[in-house]
Amino acid sequence: MKAGLRQSMAWLHSWSGLLVCWVLLLVFCAGTASYFKDEITLWMQPELHRPAATPVSSAEAASRAVAFLQHNAADSPRWLIDLPDERNPAVQVRWMRPPGAAASGIGGGRGRFESRTLDPATGAFLQQVRDTRGGEFLYRLHFDLYFMQAIWARWIVGFCAMFMLVAILSGVITHRRIFQDFFTFRPRKGQRSWLDAHNATAVLALPFHLMITYTGLVTLMFMYMPWGIQTAYKGSQQAFFNDAFGRAPQAKPSGQAAPLAPVAPLVEQAARHWDGAQPGRIDITLPGDTNATIRVSRGAGKSLSSDEPSMRFDGVTGALVATVGDTPTAASQTRGVMVGLHEAHFAGPLLRALFFLSGLAGCAMVATGALLWGVKTRQGQARALAAGARQSFGLRLVDALNIGAIAGLPIAFAAYFWANRLLPVSMAQRPDAEIHAFFIAWATAAVLAQLRPTRGMWRAQLWGGALMLAAIPVLNAATTDTHLGVTLLQGQGPAAVAGFDLTVLALGIALGAAAYILGRRSKARTPARRAARADDSGLQDGDAKGVA
Amino acid sequence: MGLSQTGRYRLSVVSRVVAAIGGGYVLASVATGLLAVLLPLPPAEAVMTATLLSFSLYACAVLWVFAAGSALRAWTGVAVPAIVFGALLAALRSAS
Repeated sequence: MKAGLRQSMAWLHSWSGLLVCWVLLLVFCAGTASYFKDEITLWMQPELHRPAATPVSSAEAASRAVAFLQHNAADSPRWLIDLPDERNPAVQVRWMRPPGAAASGIGGGRGRFESRTLDPATGAFLQQVRDTRGGEFLYRLHFDLYFMQAIWARWIVGFCAMFMLVAILSGVITHRRIFQDFFTFRPRKGQRSWLDAHNATAVLALPFHLMITYTGLVTLMFMYMPWGIQTAYKGSQQAFFNDAFGRAPQAKPSGQAAPLAPVAPLVEQAARHWDGAQPGRIDITLPGDTNATIRVSRGAGKSLSSDEPSMRFDGVTGALVATVGDTPTAASQTRGVMVGLHEAHFAGPLLRALFFLSGLAGCAMVATGALLWGVKTRQGQARALAAGARQSFGLRLVDALNIGAIAGLPIAFAAYFWANRLLPVSMAQRPDAEIHAFFIAWATAAVLAQLRPTRGMWRAQLWGGALMLAAIPVLNAATTDTHLGVTLLQGQGPAAVAGFDLTVLALGIALGAAAYILGRRSKARTPARRAARADDSGLQDGDAKGVA
Repeated sequence: MGLSQTGRYRLSVVSRVVAAIGGGYVLASVATGLLAVLLPLPPAEAVMTATLLSFSLYACAVLWVFAAGSALRAWTGVAVPAIVFGALLAALRSAS
C-alpha cells in the first residue's frame, strides 16, 4: 500500500471506516436505544403506566395467558408467552397463524405471528393500549434495517460490522500513543480537535467497541460462517442445533385431540428447579394435540449467558421430558456469554446505563470519524477552495451524507416518538404510521442536506433535532398524566418513564449545545474569512488553521 | 501496457480489495471448516469454537492484505494457506 505498516493501516482505517460509517451510525444509534427497548415500549404505551394494583405470580399470569390463547388461537400450531418481569409489566402472547389464515392487522405482529398485549391480572386483551412496535422497531432496525428482506439486511449489517472490526484493529495499530492521546484534547483547532475527539471517544470505550462489534457478528455467526456446520455436520443445520442447543426434533401433529396440561404447576416446578428464578417464556407447540410439548425457559438476567436453561414437558401429561442447558459446555457457554454481553439482558439499571453511555460513545466515535474525513479532505483542497474553486464531488457528497446521518437521525428518532403521542390512538395500521413518521422525517433531513450541504444546514438540523427531543417531556405532559411532575417529583408511576423523559431531554440539550457552538464559531469566523479572501492568502480558512 | 502511475496504483488497490473481502472470506471459511473437523472436541463444540474464531481469522487476513509490501505478496499470503487448508479438508473428506 503506502510505505510502512502504520501508514498503510491509517489508509485502511480511513477508507474502511468511511465507506460504511453511515450504516454503522444507524446501527449504533438504534442498537444503543435497544438497551432500553422495554422501557421505550413502556413509554410508548402510556395506557400501561398504571400497573396492576396487585402483583401477579408468574404461574397465575401463565394460566390466564393460556386461557386467552385457547379461546383466540385454538387452531394455531405454536404459542409463545412472554411473562411479565421488572422491566415489562404486561404479558405478551404471540401465536403462529395457521396456514392460509390472514393477518388480523392489530397487535403489531410480524411475519407469520400474531401478537397481543394482555393484562397479567385478568388475562384480558388490553384493547385500550395503543398499537405500537415500540422499542422492538428500533431493536429490529439495528440488524434487520427496513424496506428490505431481513436476510439481505443482515448480510449488509454483517458486512459493515466486519469493516468496523477491521477499522478498529487498524485504528489501534495506527495509534502510536494510544494512552497519551486519550488525555489529549485540543479544542478549537479544526482537524486536530476532531481527531482528538475521535480518539477520546474511541479509546475511552475501546473494549466496548471491540466487544460490541465482535459479539454482534457472533449473534448471527452460523448465518455468516456456516462452513463449520457444513464440514462437521454435512450441512445439516438442524442436526447441529439439536446437538448444540438441545433443541427437540420438530414434532408432527398426531391429529388426535387431547386437552393441554395445566401450565401453572409446570411454571412453579421450573422456578423451584432454578432455585426460585422465575420463568420468562413459555413455548407451546401443537397445543390441543396428543403430541403437544410445553417448554419453559428461565427469565433473562440471571447469568451473563444469553442461553437461558429450559425444561421441556409433555403437553398432555405434564411430565418432565428433559432439562436443557443446566450444565453448558465450554464453547457453547463462550458463545452464550458473547451474545449475552451484546444484549446485556443481565445488566441492572446502573450497568445498563453504562452500556448505553458506551453506545453513545460509539455513535460519537463513528460520527467524529466521518466528520474527520471531510475536514481532512477539505484541508487538502483548501488552497483551491480559497481560490474560488468548487469543492470536489466526493467532499460535497460526504458532507451532505454526514448532515443527513448525524444531524438527521436524531430528528427521525424524535419524529417516531412524536408520532406515537400525536397519532389517533385507535387509528388503523398505527405501528406502520409511526415507523413511516421515522423514515419521512429522516428522508426529509437527508434530501435537504443533499440540496444544501452547508454550515447553515448543520445548524438548522441540529436545532431541529434538539428542539424535537427536548420538547418530548412537554409532549408527554400534554398527552399523558405520567409526566415528570408525577414520575419524578411525586415519585409515582414507572421510573422508566421518568428515565426516558430525562434521557431525551439531556440528548436534546446536548444537540442544542452543539448547534449553539457551531453558530457562534461560524459568526466569529465570517470576518476572518472575508479578510482571507481580500488578501488571497489561502490557508486562513477556519478548519485548516489548526494544522497550518 | 502504458498504464500511468495512478492507473497502476488504482489497479493495485482494487486487487487488494478483492483479495481482502473475497480472498479473506474464503480463507476464513476453509480454516473454519477444517478446524470444525480437526479440533479434538465433541462435534458441536468443535463447530462452535471454529466459528467463534472465524471472524478474527478474517480480520487478520484483511490486515495482512493491506500491510503486505506488494499486491502479489498480499495475494500469495491469502491464497497459499487457503489452498493448503482446502487440500487437507478434501483429503480428510475422501478418507472418511
